[in-house]
Amino acid sequence: MQHVSPVRIPLVTGGKTYHDVTQDVCRQVEAKPNVRWMAALAVALFFLGVFIYSVYRTLWYGIGEWGLNKTVDWAWDITNFVWWVGIGHAGTLISAVLLLFRQKWRTSINRAAEAMTIFAVICAAMFPVLHMGRPWLAFWVLPLQNTYGSLWANFNSPLLWDVFAISTYFSVSLVFWYTGLIPDFATIRDRAKGPIARRAYALLSFGWKGGAKHWSRYETVSLILAGVSTPLVLSVHTIVSMDFATSVVPGWHTTIFPPYFVAGAIFSGFAMVLTLMLITRVVFKLEDYITLEHIALMNKIMMITGSIVGVAYITEFFIAWYSQVEFEQYAFINRATGPYWWAYWSMMTCNVISPQLVWIRRIRYSIPATFVLSIIVNIGMWFERFVIIVTSLHRDYLPSSWAMFSPSIIDIGIYVGTIGLFFTLFLLFAKFFPVINMAEVKSILKYGVDNGPTYGGPNTGAQQSTYRPTGAPASAPVNYNKHD
Amino acid sequence: MTKRYALGIFEDEDVLLHAIENVRAAGVKIYDVFSPYPVHGIDDALGIERSRLPIAAFFYGLCGLSFALWMQIYMLGFDWPMIIGGKPHIGLPAFIPVSFELTVLFTAHGMMITFFLISKLWPRWKVPVMDVRSTDDKFVMAIELKEGTDLGNLTQLLRANGASEVNEKEMTKE
Repeated sequence: MQHVSPVRIPLVTGGKTYHDVTQDVCRQVEAKPNVRWMAALAVALFFLGVFIYSVYRTLWYGIGEWGLNKTVDWAWDITNFVWWVGIGHAGTLISAVLLLFRQKWRTSINRAAEAMTIFAVICAAMFPVLHMGRPWLAFWVLPLQNTYGSLWANFNSPLLWDVFAISTYFSVSLVFWYTGLIPDFATIRDRAKGPIARRAYALLSFGWKGGAKHWSRYETVSLILAGVSTPLVLSVHTIVSMDFATSVVPGWHTTIFPPYFVAGAIFSGFAMVLTLMLITRVVFKLEDYITLEHIALMNKIMMITGSIVGVAYITEFFIAWYSQVEFEQYAFINRATGPYWWAYWSMMTCNVISPQLVWIRRIRYSIPATFVLSIIVNIGMWFERFVIIVTSLHRDYLPSSWAMFSPSIIDIGIYVGTIGLFFTLFLLFAKFFPVINMAEVKSILKYGVDNGPTYGGPNTGAQQSTYRPTGAPASAPVNYNKHD
Repeated sequence: MTKRYALGIFEDEDVLLHAIENVRAAGVKIYDVFSPYPVHGIDDALGIERSRLPIAAFFYGLCGLSFALWMQIYMLGFDWPMIIGGKPHIGLPAFIPVSFELTVLFTAHGMMITFFLISKLWPRWKVPVMDVRSTDDKFVMAIELKEGTDLGNLTQLLRANGASEVNEKEMTKE
């Protein structure tokens, strides 16, 4: 029997050994794909087909295929862009911010959450690129000299900041994610039976062997990457919000946007992580790794960020009234009571009221309730972006140019299609890559299970006496390790 | 050129850390320790110095920042000044976002490229490992066997310090 700490709850349940972790995580990588996975992939591929068709229509016939008009010239595309980027933020938050805060429970969800980040950013990037109308000229956003002379990109434009922010975010997240994957690819490589699998995972593992010096450097670079990713993730949604906040449009031109958008991003991202994790843990039988405790903790983060978003909605209203600017006041009255009232109140219900249910312990620990809640939040956050973008645009300064927006079938096709693209990528990831960071989970396996390491660093004079074989009761004297 | 190694297999990180201490105290040079996850405290036990990668990362970041500022100031301030919204050509506040992003970009990628190169990590078809279980659940202490090393004594030392098995392995030097 192992001693269980009265203070620390074990992060992984089921009394797993190191080998169990390897087995449980590698199982679905090594097994033949099952019918459920194939069925899910078929559905995802169908929607990917819808995406490809809609993109073809957009490129062949132009942006006229979308439901945009002269007044509402920005609608679903930018809504979906912000929605997807926001979803991506939870992955970085889990892997970087929680690493800096030493939240060790992150280890069983960070891999899948980071994968989600990367796939969500890929989906997000589709919208601005497609909205260019001529995506083959996308390189014009880069600071390159053009053929007519040295006319450069405009570095004063938030849209250009977005290019730098999103591409930096994507590439840094990719590197962060891949570095974490290397030791796990090595594990799969060393277990692989077939020659193709062994070669493929040998390539992917970059020749990792797990030597002490390599691990030491690995930990250093993880920490530095977490350190630079944390301000990066905040900067990305700040810059996304500046796409709106720096323009002189009532309802957009507010200084509250950056923090409000960042909170909203984390809010929707955690909802998406919950949706994915609740499915993944059941399908791959990982209930011992992604426990109810994890779900409750993520629910709490969702509730806190949801409350920040709620406060931001109310603050916006207050400031509109307080500013005494007629147009600003009208924009907000129009949001709540105008023709798009249903979108506004869907947003308020989904984002402000529903996360407050998490205060109730039974809901926080309930899987069905969390699942429903996570989907409601994602719907709410989509509406938030829609409300901000469309209600501010559709009633211009001149009533003669007022218009309504209705999406075309191609708009819907591209949006639903990116969900297909996202799930295609996620399903492929879940089949061929380890969905849980094995190395990191192994390092926290003893957390809360015994009194911690007995080894207190060199020359403490306690080397021999505290030696204790695995599984022995932790009655030996304890030196608190400085890393603990 | 092949080299022979004695491999002490350990089951537990604590046992391993004490063993490293004692083996080194007995005057035996440890080639490397392979573990399935980063063992905290192993750097001190093995006498591995702190990595200087953070210093490198700082300088990469500095390069990124200087490059970004130079690029924006040169392009918009000198090479092709344009009046955009009546604002100054060199409006430093507007240059902050791109400067920040490029600082992060250079820091992260510069550091990672350095990490992969100095650790000799890159894609390869075959990876010879000391013991395949070291990426699963065992901690493997590798000690190079030179001419005249007494394997019996070494085995005894490792066993006494908690090694569950001691193997011998020949490796071709890369």
